[in-house]
Amino acid sequence: MSTTNSAAANPIPASPIEAAGGGVATYVDQRVGSNKFLGRTLGKVFPDHWSFMLGEIALYSFLVVLLSGVYLTLFYKPSMVEVIYNGSYVPLKGIEMSEAYASTLDISFDVRGGLLIRQMHHWSALIFIAAIAVHMFRVFFTGAFRKPREFNWILGVGLATLALAAGFSGYSLPDDLLSGTGLQIARGIVQSIPIVGTWGAFLLFGSEFPGTDFISRLYGIHILLVPGLILALVSVHLMLVWTQKHTQFPGPGRTNNNVVGYPLMPVYMAKAGGFFFIVFGICTLIAGLVTINPIWLFGPYTPDQVSAGSQPDWYIGWLDGALRIMPNLESYLFGYTISWNILIPAVIMPGIVFTALAFYPFLEAWITGDKREHHLLDRPRNNPTRTGIGVMAITFYGLLWIGGGNDIIATSFNLTINSITWFLRIAVFVLPPIAFLVTKRICLALQRRDRDKLLHGYETGRVLRLPHGEFIEVHETINYKEMAVITSKSDIAPLPAPVKVDADGVANRKYWIQSLRAKLSNFFYADNISKPTAAEIEAAQHHLDHGAALEAPLHAYEDADEIRNAHGGVLHHPGMANTNAEQLAGRSDR
Amino acid sequence: MKFLAARRRQPVVALAMLLFALVAVGGLYAAAGTVRPAEAAGAASSETQVEMGKQLYLEGCSSCHSLQAQGSTAGPTLIGVGAAAVDFQVSTGRMPLAAPGVQSVAGPPKYNEEDTAALAAYVASLAPGPAIPSAEQVDFASADVAEGGVLFRVNCQQCHQAAGQGGALTQGKYAPSLMGATPTQMYEAMVTGPESMPVFSDATLPEEDKKAIMAYVDHLQNASDPGGLSLGRLGPVTEGLFLWTAVFGALIAVAVWIGIKAR
Amino acid sequence: MTDISTGSGHGPSENTPAKLGYSPVADIPHRPRVADTDPRAARRAERQVASMFMLSMFFVVLFVVAFIAIDKYATVYIPVFGAVGAMNVALGFTMGVAIFLIGAGAIQWAKKLMPDVEVVQLRHDLVSPTEATNEAAANYERGKEESGFARFKIIRRTLIGAMVLFPIPLVVMLRDLWISPPGNPSPSTLLTTTLWEDGTRVVTDATYLPIRPEDIPVGGLVSAAPADLPEVQEAEHNLNARGKAAIILVRMDPAEILSQQGDGWDYQGILAYSKICTHVGCPIALYEQRTHHLLCPCHQSTFDLSDSGNVIFGPAARRMPQLPIGVDAEGFIVAKAPFAEPVGPSFWERG
Repeated sequence: MSTTNSAAANPIPASPIEAAGGGVATYVDQRVGSNKFLGRTLGKVFPDHWSFMLGEIALYSFLVVLLSGVYLTLFYKPSMVEVIYNGSYVPLKGIEMSEAYASTLDISFDVRGGLLIRQMHHWSALIFIAAIAVHMFRVFFTGAFRKPREFNWILGVGLATLALAAGFSGYSLPDDLLSGTGLQIARGIVQSIPIVGTWGAFLLFGSEFPGTDFISRLYGIHILLVPGLILALVSVHLMLVWTQKHTQFPGPGRTNNNVVGYPLMPVYMAKAGGFFFIVFGICTLIAGLVTINPIWLFGPYTPDQVSAGSQPDWYIGWLDGALRIMPNLESYLFGYTISWNILIPAVIMPGIVFTALAFYPFLEAWITGDKREHHLLDRPRNNPTRTGIGVMAITFYGLLWIGGGNDIIATSFNLTINSITWFLRIAVFVLPPIAFLVTKRICLALQRRDRDKLLHGYETGRVLRLPHGEFIEVHETINYKEMAVITSKSDIAPLPAPVKVDADGVANRKYWIQSLRAKLSNFFYADNISKPTAAEIEAAQHHLDHGAALEAPLHAYEDADEIRNAHGGVLHHPGMANTNAEQLAGRSDR
Repeated sequence: MKFLAARRRQPVVALAMLLFALVAVGGLYAAAGTVRPAEAAGAASSETQVEMGKQLYLEGCSSCHSLQAQGSTAGPTLIGVGAAAVDFQVSTGRMPLAAPGVQSVAGPPKYNEEDTAALAAYVASLAPGPAIPSAEQVDFASADVAEGGVLFRVNCQQCHQAAGQGGALTQGKYAPSLMGATPTQMYEAMVTGPESMPVFSDATLPEEDKKAIMAYVDHLQNASDPGGLSLGRLGPVTEGLFLWTAVFGALIAVAVWIGIKAR
Repeated sequence: MTDISTGSGHGPSENTPAKLGYSPVADIPHRPRVADTDPRAARRAERQVASMFMLSMFFVVLFVVAFIAIDKYATVYIPVFGAVGAMNVALGFTMGVAIFLIGAGAIQWAKKLMPDVEVVQLRHDLVSPTEATNEAAANYERGKEESGFARFKIIRRTLIGAMVLFPIPLVVMLRDLWISPPGNPSPSTLLTTTLWEDGTRVVTDATYLPIRPEDIPVGGLVSAAPADLPEVQEAEHNLNARGKAAIILVRMDPAEILSQQGDGWDYQGILAYSKICTHVGCPIALYEQRTHHLLCPCHQSTFDLSDSGNVIFGPAARRMPQLPIGVDAEGFIVAKAPFAEPVGPSFWERG
């Protein structure tokens, strides 16, 4: 940034590049009318918060997956034809294996940089799915899924499901012993589905297990179908974010009707673009420094071998854990077999989880009876029941996850797989409700603390002795930022209980459903600590000012960062530009 | 100032946590490696050696295995287990048992080579059993490592894991890591079947095949990791752990850094 | 209660039209950064950003050098990492740093040199204006009327019928995802049959050696296959037969055998069990010779081979199928009959 004052007087002449760029813009505009879009877009404001970048991590790691995946397709051969390996990895030389596995070994050992790209592909795929999960946590706990963003939540759930499909189909392609074991389990799960399962498994695999078809079929799914769908859904997902504008956290000057942040050009563009390179760079660094899926150690796939410690990648781990801890129920009815031991953990439970996930926004909106648009995010503490439900779900997931690694945990910590399994069988039912209650109580306690801060200020730690000998601790008004954040809370009253028979003696036909709704609403909002009223704050402020006045002579110094905010006004400090407007004006002067 | 300063420390704390996690995980792996036990001696038994072994036996082993080595409730019979079993158990430090448990734990050997050989000679003198392999029997130099890989995957990896890192068995028992196993110990384990391990006889797994397996395990013990840090070669569980601690720690640290206003 | 939703009490004025689509937030105090007030600091930041971009270029050069210079099989010892592939580490590190520095530079640029003034933009109602809605409704009504969709009942119904039926060919054609083998066996028939028949010789897996009973000591374990497996595999060009026929042989003291799935199915304490887990089909050979437990590494189903292969722990619901064995005239172990029940995971038609 130039600091000379001449810039304003003599505008910088357009460089040749800019002139050329302008020419291109005009050329394109005359054909597609793009300047109308650019005009609106380049100044579009995006709020800034680190947690808003979790979705960006998912997007960028997906781009890295796509890039590295294209490279891999140039070398990988999706074929199950048996070949004799003759590459440079000696411990597998002369061994019969599928062409898929042999070509993956070639990528790993004989293509320069091939291993780097393979590891980059795998690591960034893991990052992609993890980032989706973390992004989903952020959206859930801040209530960003509320009206008008319900569709985008559902798109997100769809994307998460597709990401799992993409991951699992890719995990199976190298045709090493570990990936084949995963497929064998997948086949067992398909086969357990009543009536259609056996036929379904034969159709999917083209024969009995393992057959010779699944690699080429999975390949099409993995490189075309699933990524195509992900790309399509991601586009819609982003377009909706664009149209609806991003949500923002509460803060000074931030309302439900505005967006406060940085304009696309230049700040957001630089930050988002820069973050893409950072995510890309981290994926590359990790791919270069840390091994993932060393398929050469596992050997070629054969259906009669397995290694100890065979696990899926992290995102399937919870399902594997569920399969492990499920008791062995199986029914035999009229000559048919129903394998509850597989159906419940691997089909029914995930079905319920994903359905519940997709419908949660509608359920909460119905319980709340809320039809407003929400662009200002909830602080997790201000909706304790939702936060509790989220933590409960994460606890449930985490316990199943532990189940998925119980053998590694057993050998690492001198435990027995049997006792871990028994612990988990009980814990998946006991711990999530406890997690819910604890979280809800913590949230309510934080709400009380907020109320206290609003009414009585924060404790300064300065103890004052009054002339008549009394000791008091000075409380001071919280600063305007905190004030704005705390007062953003919107109190939702629980719905009243419905009447069974109204005053005219007409029976309420919807009594049952209304009563359920009222009960759920009570469950959500009855414990809420209501925000103090304006009058209460006013009264409390006078009291606070009184305390401060007592102390005033004692501290001539002033903490430079504390901006006092009695009665909602802002006190300015010397040395600080008065407002953003002045600051901006000052910059353009230079 | 204070407010901003406190905020600015957040990514640093996250980084520090990340580093700590990395070091802790690395330390765990380092600690998990087993101690390489002393080489077994292949000395021929003699009368005096048997006598010396008997003395050592009576002092150190008879309380569990009984005075005549017929076994008791505390320990199994040693009649017919052969010198190989004794050499394996004693040279890996599993015997004498440090403390009763679900299975004996390997550690530094408590007897020197000479005493171990004497104990083995004494037990071998009680009844015929598998002998300590000769140097020729464990010389795998000419064995085919790829063939060994095939046999390892058929016979060994179901318990010892594809990379020989060991794995869990039922009720807290475990198959140990092979990273510190010597060829002699591998041979002895295969022919005697210590603890939970089944016996792999020379008829179904000929000596040549055993050598091939030794060659493959030797390769695993010395192999470099072409892809970088191995994460213990434990598969997707440690990969997931690394992802959620180190990788996400780094990514979120960067996100926080981007979100903080510059001074 | 309503007017305390913003801390300062007076939000950005909503009736002054925003210049260039946005306006700075008027009432948030802004602290200038060092680079805003100190030209030297600004120049320092400029140099910082430029040197990151410069270093990035340098690392790309290093990458190319590493790609050409490093032998792809070379290993290098790095403390903490151990002996690792030199190529992968060098390429990953140089490329990663080069890419990372572009991002870090861009962000540093944005943070230090681009305006850090937060601006405000108003949201607009997502709901369409009434005129637009009315127009849409009118167009729809006109279209409905002109097409006669409501009037021509028969057209409407046949169209719906046609639309429902037309995907059927697309689904029907999926039938031959599995081409039925000759004789049209049903899936359940295929899942129920294995290579094992009366007299099939048992051979070791991988090395295909025939086995005599005395080859297996008490406590021994052998992963085994039917003797005709190599030919069948050769003929069928797949591993399907292997996936069903894999067995393990174990030998225990006959006195320790509590029960078997059939009388005399063992041979002198040698028992043959399927290797394929009855839960979801992992091959199991984690045999503990002292307890006679067989543990599946995938989901930890545990079977007691001394007691008919019954399930004693874990999610598997059915026992491991046992194969009756004996010896043939030459003294080698053979199967005495096929498996009495289907091996591997459950399926609907299994019964």
